[in-house]
Amino acid sequence: MNEMSPLGLSRRGFLTGAAGLTFAFTLGGTVAARADQIPGGVPEFATTPGTELTVWVRIGTDGIIEIATPTAEMGQGVWTALPMMFAEELDADWDHVRPIMSPIEPKVFGNPYFRGMMVTYGSGSVQGYWPKVRMEGAIARRVLMQAAADKWGVPLSELKTEPSVVVHAASSRRLSYGEIAAFATMPATMPKVDKSELKKKADFRIVGKAMPRFDIPAKTDGAARYGIDVHVPNMVYATTLRSPVEGGKPATIDDSAAMRVPGMLKVVKMKDGVGLVAETLEAAFAGRAAVRVAWSKVALGGYDSEPMLDGHYRQRAKKVDEKGVPFIHVGDADKAFAGAAKVLSGDYTSDYVYHAQMEPMNTTASVSDAGDKAEIWIGTQVPGEVLGEAAKVLKTKPENITIHQQFLGGGYGRRGATDTIEPALELAKAMKRPVKLVWTREEDVKSAKMRPMTAHYLRAAFDADNKLIGWNHRVVAESVLTYGNPNALKFTHGIDFIVMSGAKPDYAIPNQLVEWLHEVRGTALNSWRGIGAGYNKYAIECFMDELAHAQKMDPVAFRLALTKDNPRAQAVIKATAEMAGWGRTAPEGHAYGFSFGQIVNSWTASVVEISLDRATGEIRAHNYWTAIDPGTVVNPDTVKAQMEGNVVFGLSQILKERVTLKDGEVQQNNYYDYPVLRLAEVPEIHVKVMDTDNPPTGMGEAGLPLVGSSVGNAVFALTGVRLRQMPFTPERVKGALTGA
Amino acid sequence: MAAVSFTLNGKPVTVTAEPNTPLLWVVREHLSLTGTKYGCGAGMCGACTVHLDGHAARSCQIAISAVAGRKVTTIEGLSANDDHPLQKAWIAEQVPQCGYCQSGQIMQAADLLSRSPHPTRDEIVQHMNGNICRCGTYPRIVRAIERAAKEA
Repeated sequence: MNEMSPLGLSRRGFLTGAAGLTFAFTLGGTVAARADQIPGGVPEFATTPGTELTVWVRIGTDGIIEIATPTAEMGQGVWTALPMMFAEELDADWDHVRPIMSPIEPKVFGNPYFRGMMVTYGSGSVQGYWPKVRMEGAIARRVLMQAAADKWGVPLSELKTEPSVVVHAASSRRLSYGEIAAFATMPATMPKVDKSELKKKADFRIVGKAMPRFDIPAKTDGAARYGIDVHVPNMVYATTLRSPVEGGKPATIDDSAAMRVPGMLKVVKMKDGVGLVAETLEAAFAGRAAVRVAWSKVALGGYDSEPMLDGHYRQRAKKVDEKGVPFIHVGDADKAFAGAAKVLSGDYTSDYVYHAQMEPMNTTASVSDAGDKAEIWIGTQVPGEVLGEAAKVLKTKPENITIHQQFLGGGYGRRGATDTIEPALELAKAMKRPVKLVWTREEDVKSAKMRPMTAHYLRAAFDADNKLIGWNHRVVAESVLTYGNPNALKFTHGIDFIVMSGAKPDYAIPNQLVEWLHEVRGTALNSWRGIGAGYNKYAIECFMDELAHAQKMDPVAFRLALTKDNPRAQAVIKATAEMAGWGRTAPEGHAYGFSFGQIVNSWTASVVEISLDRATGEIRAHNYWTAIDPGTVVNPDTVKAQMEGNVVFGLSQILKERVTLKDGEVQQNNYYDYPVLRLAEVPEIHVKVMDTDNPPTGMGEAGLPLVGSSVGNAVFALTGVRLRQMPFTPERVKGALTGA
Repeated sequence: MAAVSFTLNGKPVTVTAEPNTPLLWVVREHLSLTGTKYGCGAGMCGACTVHLDGHAARSCQIAISAVAGRKVTTIEGLSANDDHPLQKAWIAEQVPQCGYCQSGQIMQAADLLSRSPHPTRDEIVQHMNGNICRCGTYPRIVRAIERAAKEA
């Protein structure tokens, strides 16, 4: 493929035209070498003219099986987990299986969990594709069997499969999948497979085994290709200087110093900033440092986050007479509080946080001379949205856009945004050359798409028998959904399910009211690993700890009593307590904290062991124990790895991470003033993966939200002081200990 | 612009660039060896770690003019067949998640093992503490270094 010229003709046109086509084979030819033609890159479906196109799987005469994988690989192992699910039902020889990036075709490859969108977020890939991908694997197996049945002239019912072989036992005949691929023809209509014909869990031989991840070898020798690594012939380099306040525009630009940088080609005025285009990336970056821009004033956004959070947000949370948008409404909470024998309350806040993904945002784009076709190279969580955004920017049809998915150097929600698409396309258009747009780390921080800051007010009502009868949780926060789409709340009954994720209390409480109080501040926001659960579970589980202590109950016993009828909850609570040796005396100066909850549909609990330097206010985690029930486990080692990563990410969040705005501008710049957790601060992490006979549920974010509350509860156990502001920076901890 | 000659992964190279150009951009963009990553440009994260005359160095903090006549090794040149004990251990322990920081992690760890073939846990932690992994693969990084030290 000539990477220089936009491919006007895309596979999509073909797929859309071939109505009902959901599965096909490449006939003849071997495919073993094809994935290697892009060393380290994400292998793509080839577009060789004359080759019959395939959708979910392609089998070579050498038996190599390439499985279309629609999701983005960003370290969560989905490029192995989804092929495992497919290969299980295909009855494939796992040694012959390879993942391959599916075409960007949401109608065929969309995730049912996200109403058919082709996206990778919300810990939704394995749980969302579980029924669909297995069914597609089973259909593919049926096509192979039918081809063999026709060849042999025997009924389909007499055939069975062994790994990558169709067997006719009665005549002792066997055909390998590779042999069948040499003569099979694609059926006009796909065979129907009933759900009941899918394999039973007891018969799995791939799902549930610890399979080494396909993407790992290329990530140990420098070969793995990320968006930032793309080189396109004749390309130039670009970076941007965006408005420091969301929504700002360049008023005046002084580019005289920037244009004196050797290699600088052009300074381009853009909608929300300035583009610096140069022959080299070092020149583009130097140009960014040299350009002088005066910015327009922004109506919204000019505020300081600290006084806003400590003042207005906290006060609004406590004004219980102002009703919010109900997220959970069970029974009659108002009545329960009115008639309560005792009411306890607690308040918590969380600051803005930034993704701090290691690969700064980037996009490489090539636009046709007529400006109506484009090729885009990007590592993205939302290829479908990138397609739509690019078509909108170029005022063209989606089929004129070709996207080349790359590995993602960290996603965590950040690469669910499409904010580099328009600038990359505009600059490529302006230069009439392919442009590789790379942000500096500083631009990446300043243009953070943050998790919103929040204030929480929680109340619990107890009756005369000390029974917990009422629950009210009020969350003050901006909307994440409306940042991307101002009309979004019209389709969600007014609720922002990103913001309120994790706000459902996982306890048997007869009357519950969970409310969202919507703030409108004009801040740039997005999903951040764990979304709302990151702060909601922190607030809920710290408050539950307060309640347990007020009731003079052990925090584990208190939660067990409130989850009596939930066997999965009971199992993870007990398993975690047992792992941690809950109830024993902590070493001198150490203490334990416990949390529990359902996150991205998985059940989990955690215990942390901490100590505290009272002079500096620094908290240190020594051990972290966690049990997780994610239903059926697809790739056990990946589940474990995800939990380890979640604990590290969660500790980072609770101990360090904080973005502050001054007059609407992000105050942080780089890792020196937005520190993240380093190796020396990592505890021993002990993970118990509990495979249960349920459909698989989420993993990528499941462990993170409980870290904050476990640490907060441990600090309380150690000091008797409740930490109410996330993150627990040393200054805040010192302040809380001295009552300042 | 100045022409600078140095040894890259055992081969002599000459590049023409502004003298203050960070070695990182020369390696990644001028010479297309993209295994070395840009993370922060401030020497804070370690994603750009290479070996300069055999020692781990942050390539974002080294001007190309300072590299003249010296030996640079990147992840692509760490071993002939991707068989450095650390690379094998990284696969055995299934270390990488997103993988973006891992070239830097491996180059940093290789520097440690070349000088201290059997490091203690504390030595490992101290030596590796400058390399950020946002995905949180730190526990596996430690395990992989210990495995490589044992199996080398």
